[in-house]
Amino acid sequence: MVLVLALGDLHISHRAPDLPPKFKSMLVPGKIQHIICTGNLCIKEIHDYLRTICPDLHITRGEYDEETRYPETKTLTIGQFKIGICHGHQVIPSGDLDSLAMLQRQLDVDILVTGHTHQFTAYKHEAGVVINPGSATGAYSSITYDVNPSFVLMDIDALRVVVYVYELIDGEVKVDKIDFKKTTTT
Amino acid sequence: MIGDGGVDEEEKYLAAGIAGLQQNAFYMHRALDSNNLKDALKYSAQMLSELRTSRLSPHKYYELYMRAFDELRKLEMFFREETKRGCSTIELYELVQHAGNILPRLYLLCTVGSVYIRSKEAPAKDVLKDLVEMCRGIQHPLRGLFLRSYLSQVSRDKLPDIGSEYEGDADTVSDAVEFVLQNFTEMNKLWVRMQHQGPAREKEKREKERSELRDLVGKNLHVLGQIEGVDLDLYKDIVLPRILEQVVNCKDELAQYYLMDCIIQVFPDDYHLQTLETILGACPQLQPSVDIKTILSRLMERLSNYAASSAEVLPEFFQVEAFAKLNSAIGKVIEAQVDMPIDGVVTLYSSLLTFTLHVHHDRLDYVDQILGACVGKLSVVGKLEDSKATKQIVALLSAPLEKYNDIDTALKLTNYPRVLEFLDQGTNKVMANVIIQTIMKNKTCISSADKVEALFELIKGLIKDLDGNLDEVDDEDFNEEQNAVARLIQMLYNDDPKEMLKIICTVKKHIMVGGAKRLPFTVPPLIFCSLKLVRRLQSQEENAGEEEEDASVTPKKIFQILNQMIEALSVIPVPELALRLYLQCAEAANDCDLEPVAYEFFTQAYILYEEEISDSKAQVTAIHLIIGSLQRLHVFGVENRDTLTHKATGYSAKLLKKPEQCRAVYACSHLFWVDDQDSIKDGERVMFCLKRALRIANAVQQMATATRGSSGSVMLFIEILNKYLYFFEKGNPQVTVASIQGLIELITTEMQSDNTTSDPAADAFFASTMRYIQFQKDKGGAVGEKYEPIKT
Repeated sequence: MVLVLALGDLHISHRAPDLPPKFKSMLVPGKIQHIICTGNLCIKEIHDYLRTICPDLHITRGEYDEETRYPETKTLTIGQFKIGICHGHQVIPSGDLDSLAMLQRQLDVDILVTGHTHQFTAYKHEAGVVINPGSATGAYSSITYDVNPSFVLMDIDALRVVVYVYELIDGEVKVDKIDFKKTTTT
Repeated sequence: MIGDGGVDEEEKYLAAGIAGLQQNAFYMHRALDSNNLKDALKYSAQMLSELRTSRLSPHKYYELYMRAFDELRKLEMFFREETKRGCSTIELYELVQHAGNILPRLYLLCTVGSVYIRSKEAPAKDVLKDLVEMCRGIQHPLRGLFLRSYLSQVSRDKLPDIGSEYEGDADTVSDAVEFVLQNFTEMNKLWVRMQHQGPAREKEKREKERSELRDLVGKNLHVLGQIEGVDLDLYKDIVLPRILEQVVNCKDELAQYYLMDCIIQVFPDDYHLQTLETILGACPQLQPSVDIKTILSRLMERLSNYAASSAEVLPEFFQVEAFAKLNSAIGKVIEAQVDMPIDGVVTLYSSLLTFTLHVHHDRLDYVDQILGACVGKLSVVGKLEDSKATKQIVALLSAPLEKYNDIDTALKLTNYPRVLEFLDQGTNKVMANVIIQTIMKNKTCISSADKVEALFELIKGLIKDLDGNLDEVDDEDFNEEQNAVARLIQMLYNDDPKEMLKIICTVKKHIMVGGAKRLPFTVPPLIFCSLKLVRRLQSQEENAGEEEEDASVTPKKIFQILNQMIEALSVIPVPELALRLYLQCAEAANDCDLEPVAYEFFTQAYILYEEEISDSKAQVTAIHLIIGSLQRLHVFGVENRDTLTHKATGYSAKLLKKPEQCRAVYACSHLFWVDDQDSIKDGERVMFCLKRALRIANAVQQMATATRGSSGSVMLFIEILNKYLYFFEKGNPQVTVASIQGLIELITTEMQSDNTTSDPAADAFFASTMRYIQFQKDKGGAVGEKYEPIKT
């Protein structure tokens, strides 16, 4: 069993002062094995903060990131799953499932994690999953109105992944769960 | 003469003293073992004679004294057993007085006296009185101090305190107090007199030695502090006045400072509070060289802690008007000690402030009054260079922030910014950071333009370059500071749009003068604050329907402000950031149905793209952001939209690298086909883009063939195939089965061609695309039917 934290679009300090304290208290070091961050952190302090939660950090570049060394896309394998990461501003139309599916095919991954829209989504698509963890700070977005802060925890166990979505609604953390089983190994 | 000889000499004297002492102790033990009282007294007296030396420094003398002390304990045990065997203590008491020398005689007398009191054959007070009087026989300071210290030591557990077994009809606690006070007074006199012994040139050394002896004197105050029977009344009427009398009259700097401090540490908090006037009254009577500020600071510190310990004690403070008394005492001390360094002054005010925050946390006027007094003193000195004073000021200014957990309160203190003025730029920044951290930590929302104005005045060290100071700041530190300011801007909020706009304008006024290095940090957060306000107005408008809106706060007006702010960024220049912000504004204007405004923002973005963004990688990202935004906008009429899309396609085709051109051009196809807008479904122009992308991919392929290098053209073909499939599925009539089939064949041929080096990524992409087609076929229904003719 492996816990993977997926988050992105924090937009600190352009659009939000910090992560919600409730999230910070949940994200304690030592519990998470990998972090996937779709980008737009935007400042170095946040990078350093994420590293304190878990040093195995995979970040792609958002259009506001000051760090230019983050790649546009990244793939990694966790358990039996091949995971692709991309911020998503490169995908047009933004957040469009069919277009994301094309990126998923291009990267040849089981799970595609993207951001940009600040809208949490998780779709099962063809033989894979497309996840957007939303904005971890609930940052303003030109695409989505009324953004709630959210992030995703993926519990990966062999051929099974359980996706937990944590969303902060009116000061309360709501959790949702989506189960996904991989049928064939690629 | 104390320590007249060299250090080695002194060691020798000590060794000789110890040897003499040990020898006599040996004979004393022998006498004790054989119950020979007479010999025991003889040898113990000889042993104690070693303490008559004048050749040792206090430090060495102490060593000798401790050895004698240990021996005397054994002798005392013997005396006690002796009395059990029937020897009367009175007899013993008389007997020891036969010792020839006075010093040994008095040590022995104290030792037997201890046994005498224990035997209760005489009232404790009589014995104690006798002993303390007799000890006057030694007027040599060092010897006298140690002798009296011995007396204090052996009598400690035999004082007629309340609840003690030695308390009786004749023996009361006041006898105990009297005894200790008398011993204290005598010891202090000896101690003070010590400074006059010996040549003037050794004064410094002597004061150092004297300082080593202070605890012997102070011990008496500890004993007083531990006497149960010393209640508030006794303390107030007898103990404190008598001690202070001695302290004041001795006119000795060292003793005064030490003993005042001792009083403060030894006696209970509530006693201090109830005798505040007395102890404060003594302060101005002390020698001018005494460090009164530290004494007062310690006193206030104690009282602050006492106040913090429980809310129940607070009424006591009000009752005795503690603040007024301390405040006036401090004023007097500062006035009296003209030479007090500024850090001392600030320390005093800082302690008083801490005290006030603990005791009168609702009295903001007191706090402001203290800061005001501080300003008064600082203005005489001018800007502070002294690091000690600076540190104290930071403590002074941080205290209210910590106490109130709320910057709002600090903003009400009119003297607060005035104190800040006296700090150098570096410290000013430190303080500004402390202020910001306090706000962030407590999640304080600053909710009015006036408060924002005051706040930015406080943190101006971070907001702009203060004149005349150009010290180089470390880049990382600078970034951190500016990010802190950016985060702070997020904490400014008011529900009322009118006030919010005022806040925005206030912040803008301040940050605009920050200079080219700061603007990229401070402008974006304010832009997004403003965009949030726009969105709020938008939803209010929707809710309010046709109701008349407040003409002073309109999205249009905010967009004007936004435009000015971004313009400031574009001249720095940070064109990439400015372009992104223009696009954000364009989308926001779109959402407000303000076509001309959105068009203006888009045009600005285009100008930046054309004139300022020259890096090819930056161009690629920018063009995708442009296409992405434009694809979402619905506000434009046909003409404006055509202009904008035409330009976007043009830029795409002109990117530096062909593969990037190809990708941008096929992305442009989405500008002509928007799912949820029936007016934007131009199949032909979609096809035009895709074909153009294909032509570019072909060119890439030919170039690769010519150079016999590997190429990414296959990847591009597969990407385009996927776009074909996308629009095929969406029902674009221009995308036919034949065209898809042709593309698949092209790719297959290409992949098998000898010229192409195999690319596993392309293979995988193609395979997954084929799987997708199969997947859609297998779906059945309309989609399945649609896909059915495509052969994989």
